[in-house]
Amino acid sequence: MLTQEVAMRTPGQSNIEMCIQCGTCGGSCPSGSAMDHTPRAVFALMRAGMRDAVLKSNMPWMCVSCYCCTVRCPQDIHITDVMYTLKNMALEAGTIQDEIASDFSKAFIRYVENYGRSFEIGLAGIHSLTHMRLAARLPNMVPMAIRMLTKKGMLPLPPKRIKGIDDLKKILKRAKSMEAA
Amino acid sequence: MSDYIFYPGCSMESSAKAYYDSVMAVSKPLGISLKEIDDWNCCGATEYLSLDRMPAYSLIARNLALAERQAADTRTVVAPCSACYLNLSKTDHYMGEDKAFGEKINEALAAGGLHYSPGELVVRHLLDVVLNDVGLDAVKAKVVRPLTGLRVVPYVGCMLPRPDYGKRYSDTERPTELDDLMRALGAEVVDFPLKTACCGGHMTQIGPDTAFELIRRLVSSAVGCKADVMVALCPMCQMNLDAFQSQMNGHFHADYRMPVLFFTQLMGLAFGEKPEKLGFGSEFVSAREAMSRIGVATPQPVVEGAAARPRKAAGLPMPPPRVTARQSTGKD
Amino acid sequence: MSPDRKPQERVGVYVCHCGSNIAGVVDVADVGEWAGKELEPHGVVVARDYKFMCSSLGQELIAKDIKEQGLTRVVVAACSPHLHEPTFRTACSRAGLNPYLFEMANIREQDSWVTTDKLEATKKAKALIAAAVGRVVHQQPLESLFVPVDPNVLVVGGGVTGIQAALEIANSGRHVYLVEREPSIGGHMAQFDKTFPTLDCSACILTPKMFDAGNHKNITMLTWSEVEKVEGHIGNFTVTIRKRARYIDESLCTGCGVCWEKCPKKVVDQVFEAGLGFRKAVYTPFPQAVPKYPVIDRENCTYFQKGTCKACETYCPAGAIKFDQQDEHLTAKVGNIILATGYDLFDSRKITNYGYGRLANVFSSLEFERMTNAAGPTMGRVVLRDGVTQPKSVAVIHCVGSRDKNYHNYCSAVCCMQSLKSAHLIKEKTGGDVYQFYIDMRTPAKTYDEFYQRIIREGVNMVRGKVAEITDTALEPGEEGKLVVQVEDTLIGRQRRIPVDMVVLSAGLEARHDAKEVAQRFGISCSADEWFIERHPKLDPVATMTDGVFVAGACQGPKDIPSSVAQGAAAAARVLSIIGQGQIEIEAATAIVDEVSCVGCKQCVPSCPYRAIEYLAVEGRAHVVEALCKGCGTCVGTCLSKSISLKHFTDDQIVAEVVGAMRVMKSFETTAVA
Repeated sequence: MLTQEVAMRTPGQSNIEMCIQCGTCGGSCPSGSAMDHTPRAVFALMRAGMRDAVLKSNMPWMCVSCYCCTVRCPQDIHITDVMYTLKNMALEAGTIQDEIASDFSKAFIRYVENYGRSFEIGLAGIHSLTHMRLAARLPNMVPMAIRMLTKKGMLPLPPKRIKGIDDLKKILKRAKSMEAA
Repeated sequence: MSDYIFYPGCSMESSAKAYYDSVMAVSKPLGISLKEIDDWNCCGATEYLSLDRMPAYSLIARNLALAERQAADTRTVVAPCSACYLNLSKTDHYMGEDKAFGEKINEALAAGGLHYSPGELVVRHLLDVVLNDVGLDAVKAKVVRPLTGLRVVPYVGCMLPRPDYGKRYSDTERPTELDDLMRALGAEVVDFPLKTACCGGHMTQIGPDTAFELIRRLVSSAVGCKADVMVALCPMCQMNLDAFQSQMNGHFHADYRMPVLFFTQLMGLAFGEKPEKLGFGSEFVSAREAMSRIGVATPQPVVEGAAARPRKAAGLPMPPPRVTARQSTGKD
Repeated sequence: MSPDRKPQERVGVYVCHCGSNIAGVVDVADVGEWAGKELEPHGVVVARDYKFMCSSLGQELIAKDIKEQGLTRVVVAACSPHLHEPTFRTACSRAGLNPYLFEMANIREQDSWVTTDKLEATKKAKALIAAAVGRVVHQQPLESLFVPVDPNVLVVGGGVTGIQAALEIANSGRHVYLVEREPSIGGHMAQFDKTFPTLDCSACILTPKMFDAGNHKNITMLTWSEVEKVEGHIGNFTVTIRKRARYIDESLCTGCGVCWEKCPKKVVDQVFEAGLGFRKAVYTPFPQAVPKYPVIDRENCTYFQKGTCKACETYCPAGAIKFDQQDEHLTAKVGNIILATGYDLFDSRKITNYGYGRLANVFSSLEFERMTNAAGPTMGRVVLRDGVTQPKSVAVIHCVGSRDKNYHNYCSAVCCMQSLKSAHLIKEKTGGDVYQFYIDMRTPAKTYDEFYQRIIREGVNMVRGKVAEITDTALEPGEEGKLVVQVEDTLIGRQRRIPVDMVVLSAGLEARHDAKEVAQRFGISCSADEWFIERHPKLDPVATMTDGVFVAGACQGPKDIPSSVAQGAAAAARVLSIIGQGQIEIEAATAIVDEVSCVGCKQCVPSCPYRAIEYLAVEGRAHVVEALCKGCGTCVGTCLSKSISLKHFTDDQIVAEVVGAMRVMKSFETTAVA
């Protein structure tokens, strides 16, 4: 059962099965208007076992982790945490329609896995270059980038590696080998 | 001096250097000694959690394990970035609540020779430490240059008051902590309706239309309230509102100019520190004009912004204000 | 003497098949035969098995054997005593055998229903029967205690439920004390405007009942009063009532109203006007108040706080103002008590994202009732908080504080209907746009769903979605100066922002803020949500586990007016039935103190959960008040000198029971006995 599968992959007791379809989550979401389905609708699709529709939805990728839905939900469902699970499952299934969001996350993590720290400065620019839609905004971003470099005194060099980077790599390798559930 | 374990987060070394500088500058007057976790790693923000749950939590847990190992006089980890704070406290919370999950994380940590016992540390945001450990009276006592006349918007953002695993804050929608702190510095606090409305997070990179709308509503509301400056307590929020303000303006053909600072920068000013030491000048939307206002001798005329309008006596009575006993623990 | 040898008793054993419930697992024929043979040395003279012992034929079997075989003890091996102990006890007593010389062995709930192995189940049945036989020969005949019932009744709470109960009892010729905390009876129903589904004017249908209750020769109405202490037991309660000082002499006051007209001190009326209107320091809550006498609110009275004014005294034509009046204490003796204390409205200020208490034009349901009420602070006009402007669009929001794990998990039963009613009134009075925001539409009772359909026809906009947020921050054109309701319209799956002028929150019902203290005072319990607990939610909703104390109306759980009235009448009927019997039979299995060995250490007194033990100071020993004792045995365990024993559960009886079971178990070498 899809709902159970998602619940098992979410830490703690997420209460997904308790959804009464009230719509508080959909009503609270700041990026609700950008989603193809509201969070509530995705829970309904989950109940109906419509795996494909659930994993293809752009809804979890639009989540900003503001937790408004989670604190307001009358059934105490850990909605934001479920969003992360749906993203994990969508990546595994390879069904993501628009890869902008997942590409950004992957690019972000590439630095973390190799240096132990993130690399904001270059990341935004590189991310924009690899996605043509965003490349159109590059002209706007150039002044911002220049100012970042001059005002904030930051150089576009990758961060220093942490000392324990090898240990970190071992930890992450071990973690990745674990079953998701 | 009270000791605290310090988790700065990646932004403090790059885009939020002003936050780092101002935190360091105010820590001495506040009497807090911040010992940085040796060899800490990035918490992964919201990015790793979106990709793969187990390595994401393990990445965060490495910091908790290092902190536990290095903890000497204190069990409290302070994070000034809301996202880092949430990630660390969420990991500690779930490792404790879901025993099987906690064991798996420790299994992963063991591969790197580490271990973390959930509940061993308490993770708190810097604002929480200032208010509850240092206390507003102590803060007031350190104020040598009160920010009288400065209209401040206390922008708290999302990840501090929600989901609030430790029940530390007064409300998940309209908490009063940052308001109280700004007031203690002598500033005039705007009753800001969008105090905890989301800044858009990483949507600037993923869905700019959505992000700019969220940024616009915050900035335009602050302007509408006739605020001089907004203060934030998270590097992401500050960057979105400040660094992306011009792009937002471009997107909407608007011309907002609202400076956005870190709350510690204003604290430092009130404590008498030099603005250069507090990272002033590195912001995108200049705060110079707003700050010049508080150095001026003539009093700022009281402007009746939408939030400051006093309620008229005529008409029907309003329900009385709610008095709650809730502080850090428990619901009322 | 060995505890299990009393050969002079003649025991009859009856093994019930209970259809296939027992017989399908336990070999009942074998058990019956075995009992007749193996337990013969222990007194068994006849042993039978039968299909349904509880049937009249089964009971006749017992009666016949008592008469013809001269049985002195009876054991029935069947279901749980919770079900049929009274049945078989009655059968014995009708046949001339004291009912306490009967014992039941539970070979169904404790055996056939929980054991799958038939052999094991049969062995266990034999052990249980041997235990019962061992015990029964030690049992003594006991007589029930009969307690006379004082025919007076106390009704606590003067809302529609309490009024109904009081009238039913008073009309039967019995006397009722009706105690009400507020200055007038009427309760929440007096605050409402129109009531669903009929749209009757609430006051119009309530005030005739209020008048009847206030003037009934059999009702002693005590308003502005509270019950302070309750002692005693069913049939014989002693209740201490504090009649608070009104500072008005009721024998002189004519209710003319000059005092409150002249009173200069105006305060917000947080009770009757729900905080939306004002009253004076000397006031009656509403014009049709019963009784008509006002009260002076000490905390807000200039005379009491500062020593000046006294305008009321100056102007009162009857000289009825008495500032030196004191609270009175009355002691009432009653036989039964009905609690009808009603509910409180959920405090919507707790839901920050709805803005109640911060955004001026967000109102609670009770504020709205006062607003539309023609005698209310706005004379019935639907207006914004400025008291003047009529709204052009209003949102009514369901499930505020109900069905929500963050506040109250339960459904408050009345809000869907109340919301529909509010929508109707708003539409009628303003002609504007009305929106209903709901999760489910709960309209179960008679003509309730027809009411819903009527409201749809009237053009109210139904939006299925729990409102996420109410904000005054305009983001889009058309939102300036409005309250914006942000919600997911779940039936179209889209987020909507709907600007309105006014919002009405259908707040849920919650237990009174002092429900727990009140429950303790009357010796009953509250649920986790602090509603009073009934004896059985389906079969006995107005009785409680405390004999003689009944609950009715919203204090037992959220409900509407028809249900409250029905429960008030039901409680009255139960009470009248008890009064009609004239006396109450108290279960004989009570504790008893050995007067000689009791040393007067008083350890038992606080140990009793029913406050049934008193310490007799003169005699220097404890004494069990049988009428209150429930036979729980706590005191028996507490007594250091072993001076308290529990009738029908003596040490001899219990030891004999255990020995009986163990002996059989040993012979089978089985390990488990329930």
